[in-house]
Amino acid sequence: MVPLWYYLVLAAALFCIGAFGALARKNAVGVLMGVELMLNAVNINLVAFWRYTTAAQLTGQLFAVFVITVAAAEAAVGLALFIAIYRQRNTVNVEEFDTMKG
Amino acid sequence: MKLADLTYLLPELILLLTAALIFLLDLIWFKRPAVSERRTEWLPYVALAGLGGAALGLLPSLGKTASVATVLTADPYGVFFKALAIMGVALVVLLAAPYLRGRTPYRGEFYALLLIVALAICLAVGATNLVMIYLAMEFLSITSYVLTGYLRNDRKSGEAALKYFLYGATASAVMLYGMSLLYGATGTVDLAGIAAAFQGKAQGTLAWLSMPAIILLMAGFGFKASLVPFHQWAPDTYEGAPTPVTAFLSTASKATGFAILMRVLLTSLGQADIARQWISLLVAISVLTMTLGNLTALRQTHIKRLLAYSSIAQAGYILIGVAAVLAGPGRTFTGINGVLIYLLAYLFTNVGAFTVVTAVETATGKVDIRDYAGLVQRSPWLAALLLVFLLSLAGIPPTGGFIGKFFVFGAAVQNQMWVLVAIAAVNSVIAAFYYLNIVRYIFFTPAEEGADRIPVALPFRVAVGVTAAVTILLGLAPSPLIAWATQSAQALLVALR
Repeated sequence: MVPLWYYLVLAAALFCIGAFGALARKNAVGVLMGVELMLNAVNINLVAFWRYTTAAQLTGQLFAVFVITVAAAEAAVGLALFIAIYRQRNTVNVEEFDTMKG
Repeated sequence: MKLADLTYLLPELILLLTAALIFLLDLIWFKRPAVSERRTEWLPYVALAGLGGAALGLLPSLGKTASVATVLTADPYGVFFKALAIMGVALVVLLAAPYLRGRTPYRGEFYALLLIVALAICLAVGATNLVMIYLAMEFLSITSYVLTGYLRNDRKSGEAALKYFLYGATASAVMLYGMSLLYGATGTVDLAGIAAAFQGKAQGTLAWLSMPAIILLMAGFGFKASLVPFHQWAPDTYEGAPTPVTAFLSTASKATGFAILMRVLLTSLGQADIARQWISLLVAISVLTMTLGNLTALRQTHIKRLLAYSSIAQAGYILIGVAAVLAGPGRTFTGINGVLIYLLAYLFTNVGAFTVVTAVETATGKVDIRDYAGLVQRSPWLAALLLVFLLSLAGIPPTGGFIGKFFVFGAAVQNQMWVLVAIAAVNSVIAAFYYLNIVRYIFFTPAEEGADRIPVALPFRVAVGVTAAVTILLGLAPSPLIAWATQSAQALLVALR
């Protein structure tokens, strides 16, 4: 059987790629995609830990399902915000949002 | 779950039903444009009635400790924060009523959303399970994003919401990664179960995951409580959000961050060897937070931005209480009770300060500190009460802010954290400088030519009166609050020993 740490390394790598995307992307939608990658890394972690430590209970699986659901709700509100802002300024480039400084 | 357990959920149920009622009223009864304007004026009172009902709904769970549906608990600690949230949101509803008039035609949903954030806080502070904590925090965050961006035609409001959303989504993903590690290390998501697993060392092979997990968890909690380095969203969001929402974010929402932080750290990670690790982490964060907040606040010219940095600095002081936590029979300062006292005093003080800001902004549209010149001639009452709030923020007696600082710093002194106390004292002096700078503008700088008196709407008068009265009362007669906070804090400290 594939050892647990394979999954943990995969999840950690995915999380780092997602975090890099969230920090480095200029387009707000790109940032959101980075966040989704981070959430998927969490899901891999949860399901792997569930399989290897407490397979008798459904806790990890249940947690992952909740994460997927909440991510969808978050994306819905986020994209609505992006659209509202795009209508004002014709851009969702985060570098151009500098009305407030200091 | 038994049907009788529903009595512990009364506040949540009342808030949910009132929010649904407001959505419905807004959609159906207020639809016709000819009558809608006058009828919409009633909605804040419906919201206030709902909050009053929720406060009464807290009565059955007073002084009890019970597990509800396995993921929630009804304990004095939770009741304290639920009461705090309900009071805070009620004040924000008062602020919102005159503020939104003329800014947006869609006012009904705003009150419903405010009730929903109160509901989210009630769930979050009672949660004893990582899944429930995550769900409740996201519930609170997502609703807050919408409230922040509520003024759709205001460029700043949209920008504030975007920044809040991007930071919040990232922070919650990082926190979630920490939760997954904690689950992996212990095999459970129940806070008490995690504590038992660490105690029994049953999962010893994965115990090394605890410290990374704590650091990652801090991202989520620190984001809500605006602790450095997760504070960058706060100044922009506080400046751009509708001012009543800013008042909410800087008080009730921040208190929720602290409530969850303390519950998770103390009930699930309270063992001495793990506690030593997170205490040094919290000390570092606390020093950074108050120093950075205060130094940046010094050079602000925009009043909402100044209060944003001040609120970051205050979070640093509050964190001292958590870092100085110490359980023991018959102690006056347990750290946690200081945090509770501080958060409640800070709620009334800061909402009061934001009420004055909202009143001035609604009447004149100005938000720079320079525009407060000669406020004492333009509105003596606002000027005098803003002085009370600023003194309380600076921690000068006889105000609630002083009592909060006294108990938080007292806990640190008792733990002999001298360096931390010294840094906090220096910071308080820096903070007094910029608070009193505003006082200088209000009282000693003449008003601009042709500046009229500032009309203050009735809801503002009620809000500013109540907050000022409570701020002073907490300073003059603090013993009921101290007793209440100490008793509420016991619920957590029991787990620590």
